[in-house]
Amino acid sequence: MISLLFFRIRKIINGGMKLEEINISIERKQLSKRKFKWSNLVDEILMFGVPIIIILIWEISSRLGILNASILPAPSTIWDTLVSMIVSGEIFIHLETSLLRVIKGYALGSFLGITLGTLMGLIKKLDRALTFIVGIFRPIPVIAWVPILILWLGIDEASKVTVITIGSFWPILLNTIHGIKNTDKKYLELAYTLEKSKRVILFKIILPSALPSIFTGLRIGIGNAWMSVVGAELIAAASGIGYLISYARELSQPDVMLVGVCSIGIIGLLIDLIIKGIEKRVLRWNINIQS
Amino acid sequence: MKNGLEKILKIEYLNKEFSIDAGSVKVLKDINLEINENEFISIVGASGCGKSTLLRIIGGLEKEFKGNLYSKNNKINKPGLDRGIVFQEDRLFPWLTIEKNIEFGLPEKINELEKKKIVNRYLELVGLEKFSKAYPHQLSGGMKQRVSIARGLINNPDILLLDEPFGALDAFTRMNMQREILNIWEKEKTTMILVTHDIDEAIFLADRVIVMSNRPGTIKKVINVELPRPRVRSNFDYIKIRNEIYKEFFEESEKTLEYYI
Repeated sequence: MISLLFFRIRKIINGGMKLEEINISIERKQLSKRKFKWSNLVDEILMFGVPIIIILIWEISSRLGILNASILPAPSTIWDTLVSMIVSGEIFIHLETSLLRVIKGYALGSFLGITLGTLMGLIKKLDRALTFIVGIFRPIPVIAWVPILILWLGIDEASKVTVITIGSFWPILLNTIHGIKNTDKKYLELAYTLEKSKRVILFKIILPSALPSIFTGLRIGIGNAWMSVVGAELIAAASGIGYLISYARELSQPDVMLVGVCSIGIIGLLIDLIIKGIEKRVLRWNINIQS
Repeated sequence: MKNGLEKILKIEYLNKEFSIDAGSVKVLKDINLEINENEFISIVGASGCGKSTLLRIIGGLEKEFKGNLYSKNNKINKPGLDRGIVFQEDRLFPWLTIEKNIEFGLPEKINELEKKKIVNRYLELVGLEKFSKAYPHQLSGGMKQRVSIARGLINNPDILLLDEPFGALDAFTRMNMQREILNIWEKEKTTMILVTHDIDEAIFLADRVIVMSNRPGTIKKVINVELPRPRVRSNFDYIKIRNEIYKEFFEESEKTLEYYI
């Protein structure tokens, strides 16, 4: 029962299987039925066993006094803090603030990235004109923008949302350009023989064929967005997960800080799963998406 | 028409050069050809003889050439829906289902209901009704090529241009597809121009086999195949024709062989 549950979770984390892939994996299973099951079990043990062992060692060392509780509290203490923060609703307030900022900034960043990326992929002259600018601005870490954006946009939401927009914009832009430029010329030739209009070529050939690449950008982009929001909140904010961590540092509450850090990781994983799920759905024709 | 038989395609003194680096290579030289309505033409030649280029010119995909081409007295200088093309690779969009891929061949302005009707007719013609909702990667190579034949035929073109369409298929599938294309040709009455390097395929299918020479590509010989269909590959006359075409290629290769021995 438990191993079945583990298997389900593993499947979800791997992003599930596509219908078409099942056919292939059934063939493989028939080839090596025994081996497949064994490696499955070993995978599960590794995946869930290793973190559990680490937490156990951590807990035992804390109880034996090897670890200083004011620097690294025991897992059980962190858990208790988390539960009390859930009960009081405090954690949700911070999560909601951060998530809302991410959604706004990411939406804007995706829109700008896909639009400009499509234009740059289609129009060679525009690509040339912006190559240098992109080259200089892209490597700047998002955090470096925070003080400047506070100066320009104030300490409110606008500066934080802009930070997230910048963070998610670059990977989406670059991957969109790459996808658009890599449209198979043979498809374009086919459309030419069928006397298709530019609009049809863009929406029925170029954009769909660029979609896998755009999704890669969107996935990297959401990761960046989530990291940017925490960074921005650490520097200047009155709410949000980043603020929670930095405030807890001032009050020397390591358990609260760790709750904040862990929830960043968990939310990040969940967001990635959601995007992967959407990708699977939208790109079910793409046999190259493997779990 | 003057001579009673309407020429669906006329090629007059077609010459084509490719410029490579500084120089240029003559690909096609003085091609003259007239093709009748409902004829099945095969063009055979070694790879690099310009046969695919000839087909691309007929399809309107190559612009730089000398000479004149007419389809039903209209000058050819760009692609048109009167000429369908089936390429060697299926060129199906992996993101569209089979029916949507076939539908892509139709002009946008036709209404959805009408589109669906036409698509269904061609799905049936190539025997893939059951796979209408499948994606290309779920189909075998032969099935994919049938889909692209359906897409090529969907505008009911005067001519269907086939550029080595079965070249990438295994021998069994290839023979099945040859029979299939004959059935389609008999039902649809579309003029077919097939480019191939498979002499056997050329004879099995065509009314006339056009043998091309290598660099520059010229029409070396036109052979009429007046055998009843379905043709039997072991038939005496069939083999005689095959030997005749083989001879065209062997003469050349024997000369080159001497260098290797």
